[in-house]
Amino acid sequence: MSERVRFSFRGQEIVAEAGQSVGAALIAAGHRSWRTTRHEGAPRGVFCGIGVCFDCLVVVNGKPGRRACLTEVRPGDVIEPQEGAGRGELSC
Amino acid sequence: MVSFPAEAAEIAVLGAGPAGLAAAVTAASAGARVTLIDAGARVGGQFWRHREGDDGVGHHDWPTLVRLRAGLSRVDVRTRHAIWHVERTESGFTVNTDRGAVSCRTVIVATGAYDRQVPFPGWTLPGVYTAGGVQSLLKGHGVRAGNRVVVSGTGPFLLPVAAGLVEAGAEVAGVFEAGSPAGFARSPLAVLANAGKLAEGAGYLKTLLRQRVPYRTRTAVVAAQGTDGVESVTVASLDRQWRIVPGSERTVACDTVAVGYGFTPQLELPVQLGCETRLGADGSLVAVADDRQRATTPGVYLAGEVCGVGGSALSLVEGELAGLHAALTTVGAEPNRDTVARLLRQRKSLRAFANAMHAAHPVRPGWQTWLDDGTQVCRCEEVSAGTVRSAVKDLGATDARTAKLLARPGMGLCQGRVCGYATACLVAAECGREPTAADLAGVAARPIAQPVTLGDLARG
Repeated sequence: MSERVRFSFRGQEIVAEAGQSVGAALIAAGHRSWRTTRHEGAPRGVFCGIGVCFDCLVVVNGKPGRRACLTEVRPGDVIEPQEGAGRGELSC
Repeated sequence: MVSFPAEAAEIAVLGAGPAGLAAAVTAASAGARVTLIDAGARVGGQFWRHREGDDGVGHHDWPTLVRLRAGLSRVDVRTRHAIWHVERTESGFTVNTDRGAVSCRTVIVATGAYDRQVPFPGWTLPGVYTAGGVQSLLKGHGVRAGNRVVVSGTGPFLLPVAAGLVEAGAEVAGVFEAGSPAGFARSPLAVLANAGKLAEGAGYLKTLLRQRVPYRTRTAVVAAQGTDGVESVTVASLDRQWRIVPGSERTVACDTVAVGYGFTPQLELPVQLGCETRLGADGSLVAVADDRQRATTPGVYLAGEVCGVGGSALSLVEGELAGLHAALTTVGAEPNRDTVARLLRQRKSLRAFANAMHAAHPVRPGWQTWLDDGTQVCRCEEVSAGTVRSAVKDLGATDARTAKLLARPGMGLCQGRVCGYATACLVAAECGREPTAADLAGVAARPIAQPVTLGDLARG
């Protein structure tokens, strides 16, 4: 059994395995979407899973525009959904 | 593993999948100082995507990765380095990454490929993934994308994805292959010479049959339905041009869809370097490499899927060839002639097999009839098929790049990586012609390959 990592999503605690991406950990916990699009406010989650499509953007510890599929989840991470363009240096 | 000061690299290998690993190990064995750069946490690329401490169970050709990893002892390996730009300098190249720059005399580009997509109504719903994405979740993170999964698209890659899901305990509600791979029979010699690959495919099919997973050809997912996520898909029989056979539509309940229509080579770095591209056998844009794996830009070598999608065995051969020739021109290491001759023979045979695969799995234009005007083509900028077509019909665009400038498909965060192919096809069709290399090149130029901060740019 690999090491456990505890983090929060929308204030709820989630337990992941060390080394998993934020996206993989959210999917394993039953979440499929955590972003809404800029124009239509449509829900999105992981699509390509390898950093190509930018559909899975998420707010990690206050920083928006992180690709959930590439960002390794760390103990104590505070993950929040990203709405529209997000905010911060990587906002679109 | 060794670590050189950045300025001391002779050869930089960009990408640590099968091609890049083979290139780096070969060039280092020939005596060159090699730096291997990859964005991932571990070497292996998409093909050998794995978890820390993975012992290779469920991975294909794992011993080759173990052998290559052992050969990295003389290579400066920089994982978790995302390359955003490569530029020419007086003495060679500077490779800019999000964790600093690497200077080198020669570059070997081995950046691989990602799933090629065609849009369909509902493909933006959460729960619809690329086939490669589902595979990556499973192999890279040990996570099953869903419980009841439909796999659709075209090409041999659908089989290992479906088999992997079955082995992970998912219920695969069907594998729907839009093509009719019987087309294989048209190139019997190329196929016979690579019988091992057929056996591999047969093994996956066996796994699916054992679990009674329906496998249907000339059939595809043509729409997905759901509110907050996918709840069902419409599956239909297709005619030779991939138009829906009227009355053949049926609904299949599922919580997850894995789709892929072949692969698109990841070409931003060769394009940045001015390398010539052309239309590949599978209709994707590929970079031109000669029989020494040289690009048309001096000092640039290419290996693996960037030269045309052909699978891991071909990538390994091209990587080795690129490593040998780059070492020859960079540090004067003479390659063994017999080795080069053998590699060239293998390359020819494996390329012939890849071309037979591509010929058996062409993407037919009928997919465009699955779309209604409101179907999104560009997922980032939320541009519909109707808007793309209108850029041609009403605004006068005659190529994909102009359509992009007028209607914004490909202008979003992914920079057209996902919708570039579909946009090029839709615009060409609206103009009454086939998509050309120029159409695809027009949506492939990405001067910055990864998101970078202004600080990175200022330092670069």
